[in-house]
Amino acid sequence: MPAPAFHVEYVLRLADSTLVLGQRLAEWCGHGPMLEEDIALTNVALDLVGQARLLLSHAALLENKGRDEDALAYFRDEPEFRNWTLLELPNGDGSHNDYAVTIARNLMFSALAVPLWEALAGSADQGLAQIAAKSVKESRAHLRHASEWTVRLGDGTQVSHDRMQSALDRLWPYANEWWDDDPVDVAVAKAGIGPMLGTLKPVWDRTMDAILAQATLARPAHTAFLSSGKLGRHSEHLGYLLAEMQSLARSDPGAQW
Amino acid sequence: MPASSRHAPPPVWRPDLRWNRVEIAPPPDSLIVPETMLTEAEFPLWEVFVRSKQGLDHKHCGSLHAADAQMALRMARDVYTRRMEGVSIWVVPSAAITASLAEEQSTDFDPMADKIYRHPTFYELPDEVKNM
Repeated sequence: MPAPAFHVEYVLRLADSTLVLGQRLAEWCGHGPMLEEDIALTNVALDLVGQARLLLSHAALLENKGRDEDALAYFRDEPEFRNWTLLELPNGDGSHNDYAVTIARNLMFSALAVPLWEALAGSADQGLAQIAAKSVKESRAHLRHASEWTVRLGDGTQVSHDRMQSALDRLWPYANEWWDDDPVDVAVAKAGIGPMLGTLKPVWDRTMDAILAQATLARPAHTAFLSSGKLGRHSEHLGYLLAEMQSLARSDPGAQW
Repeated sequence: MPASSRHAPPPVWRPDLRWNRVEIAPPPDSLIVPETMLTEAEFPLWEVFVRSKQGLDHKHCGSLHAADAQMALRMARDVYTRRMEGVSIWVVPSAAITASLAEEQSTDFDPMADKIYRHPTFYELPDEVKNM
């Protein structure tokens, strides 16, 4: 019997967010600022794709439509993706990659992922709880990686400080999507499956404020901007990302390697 | 000889004569990596030692570049323990290592070759003693 739609939606938001960010970070593979950091960031990407695989398999099990992780990753179109918009944005301004933007996004997301996985480890959904217990260790490492680079860049040279600040200013409004709880969040919280993301905001604020203070960066002002990726209404960037990610699987459906 | 001197200094960009020959413009300044980036001074070399499991020694497994000890530890984790190779990591500035000289190898080590009586080969190790 399929799980309630809100349950599937909630898991897909997590699954698609980790998948899309994993794909974005993989774009740096072979192009990192230095060999050691290239490997470090690719490890983060691989962790995220690993989390996405588990979550997509779990979502497929919940929806019970005969699809598997590959069907969900490669054969759904843009409006069916439920990732938060922040994760699909380019690694820079769209034409040039910017490591400050990559680090700022990883910082914002991992600062959410850690308390989110911690809460989900106690989920009434046993499968989700197991995925969360495994993922929280990875996300703690991602948070450490991103926060240490944020401090180095923010409290570095004038150029690195300015680029880090402008990356934060650019991405900050996209966090609003997390705190805007909708009926899906309310229903999963009621069912004991997972927290409403809005309840994690105080923890996230504390984490970010501490790191930004150490990095001598200013917390960007709150705005009313609200993205809507979790509802399937995405920025113009997701389509290109999916085209690249899905083209191989779609050109030879069912291929094994 | 300090270990770091084994490594050549970072390359400095110089005009390639081929550009002149076929009249291709040299790369714009923005593509030339300034000499101040990733120099030995800013990103010095570190030697990495990994303990594969509790009770064993840390073993040298390679080197990497990092800005300071903390970054070197993080990098070492990603570069050298991503396939479950370790439970503990040491990093040491390569410049802090003083190595014996290759040209003194025969003076240093050959005299030991015929002193077999120094080898404790007459003990029998119990099976329980592993990693000896």
